[in-house]
Order: sequence, then structure tokens, then C-alpha cells
Amino acid sequence: MIELGKYANTVMSAYGISLVLLAAIILQTWRANARARRDLEEHESRG
Amino acid sequence: MSIWEYANPVKFLRASGVVLPWIVAGAAICTVGGLVWGFLTPEDYRQGSTVKIVFLHVPAALMAINAWLMMLVASLIWLIRRHHVSALAAKAAAPVGAVMTLIALITGAIWGQPMWGTWWEWDPRLTSFLVLFLFYLGYMALWEAIEDPDSAADLTGLLCLVGSVFALLSRYAVNFWNQGLHQGASLSVAPGERMSAVYRYPLYVSMLGFFLLFLALVLIRTRTEIRRRRLAALLARENRA
Repeated sequence: MIELGKYANTVMSAYGISLVLLAAIILQTWRANARARRDLEEHESRG
Repeated sequence: MSIWEYANPVKFLRASGVVLPWIVAGAAICTVGGLVWGFLTPEDYRQGSTVKIVFLHVPAALMAINAWLMMLVASLIWLIRRHHVSALAAKAAAPVGAVMTLIALITGAIWGQPMWGTWWEWDPRLTSFLVLFLFYLGYMALWEAIEDPDSAADLTGLLCLVGSVFALLSRYAVNFWNQGLHQGASLSVAPGERMSAVYRYPLYVSMLGFFLLFLALVLIRTRTEIRRRRLAALLARENRA
């Protein structure tokens, strides 16, 4: 186990919040891209 | 062969589709690798384990500023040469840049509390970073507020030019005003001021990871915007027919 000493909460909260924000922008980007691709493909396949 | 070929949306989609898997893989390896390596570094004799925050804070701050500068270049290309892909790339970069700025602000506040004794100080660099974040929000809001995409690209391009002052200020504020709590450059090349190699190498890897992550996200979001624009054009054509 990594020893973070008296600043354990400080370090863990910095990493926790940052990783949540990064995960949120990655997930939002991926979902929006999948939706845009699906919508365009559906429209083009209808002719 | 010219770089302007990629202003063609079809060519951009094709070329970005080829390089994206490699960039995504590089971003995943370097970001995770840099952060894990950084997390495993020993405590600093002055800052204790809070030094581990540098592996998030510095790469995020670096990308926050450079994302805006990338938006500036893309906006200038739109304003001068009217290439739609460049306007869409600027639009695509804004949310990613805003998240990077937010991470830099939050990690800075969390780090500042034990080191400076305060979460926030109206220090030149902190303040210019906060203004930069507000510019990101304003830029995104302006894109959403204007219905005509070309007018939105024009006005957001102008806003981007104005905001660039704060992007540069947030980088050089420490040098302009010799006051405030925030230190100067973390990666100084001056003799005697270099960061220890124990921290420097994982920081390089983390910075490369954040850069590749930004690049991957901007490419994917630009592809999304191109597809949305294409769908909107098809729907508009059908409505006119």
C-alpha cells in the first residue's frame, strides 16, 4: 500500500476529482460521436 | 499534397479515422502510465505526498492554455480562409479545454490549501486562469446561442481572439507581475532550478499523455461535428424540396 502520510485526503481528492472529470468528458465525447454516426447512417440508409 | 486538403470534410474523416486508433492507444498508455508512475514517486522533503498532484496539475494547466491557442489558430483559419472543418475543430476543442482548466483550478486549490494555507488567492496566475475558464464557458455558450453556424463561427472566432490575451496572461502572469503565491515555471531549464529526475520523467510522460488525450478527444469531437453538420444539411435540403 502506498503511504501518503498526513496529506492522504488531499492527494486522493485531487486524483479522484480529476479522474471523474476526465472520465466524464471521455464518456460524453464517445456517446455524442456514436449518436451522430448512428443518426447520419440511419438517415443516409433511408435514402 | 497540401495540408489544406484536410479542410475537405470527407478527407478529414478518412485521414483522422486512420490515425485515431494510434492516438487513442498512445493517450491511454501515456496518461495512465504517467499518472501511476507519478503516484508511486517518493514524498518530497518539503511538500510531502502533495507533490504527486503535480502530475495532474501541470499537464492539465499546460493543455488548458494550449487548447485555447489551438482554438485561436483554428479560428484564424476560419476567419481568413473560411474552412468549415477548422471552425468545427475550434468548437470541438472548447469543452476539452474547459475541463482541463477546471482540473487545473481544482487541483491547484486542493494543493494550495495545505501548502499556502488557503484554497484561493487573487494571485495573477490564478485569477487569469479563472478568467480563462469563464472565457471557455462564454465561448461554448455563444456557439449554442447563435442558430446560423457561419455567424456562430465568426463571432466565436472573434471571442477567441480576445480570450487569447488571458490564455497568454495565464502562462506569463508570474513573469509580468512579480507578486502572488504561485511559483514560476515547474520545468525550469535554469541551472540549480531543475526539478529532480524522480519527478521530471513521470511528469513528461503525463504531459505527453494529456496532449495525446486532448488530440484524440478533439479529433473525435470534430468528426462528431462534421457528421452533425452533414445531417443538418441533408435535413435542410429535404425540407426545401
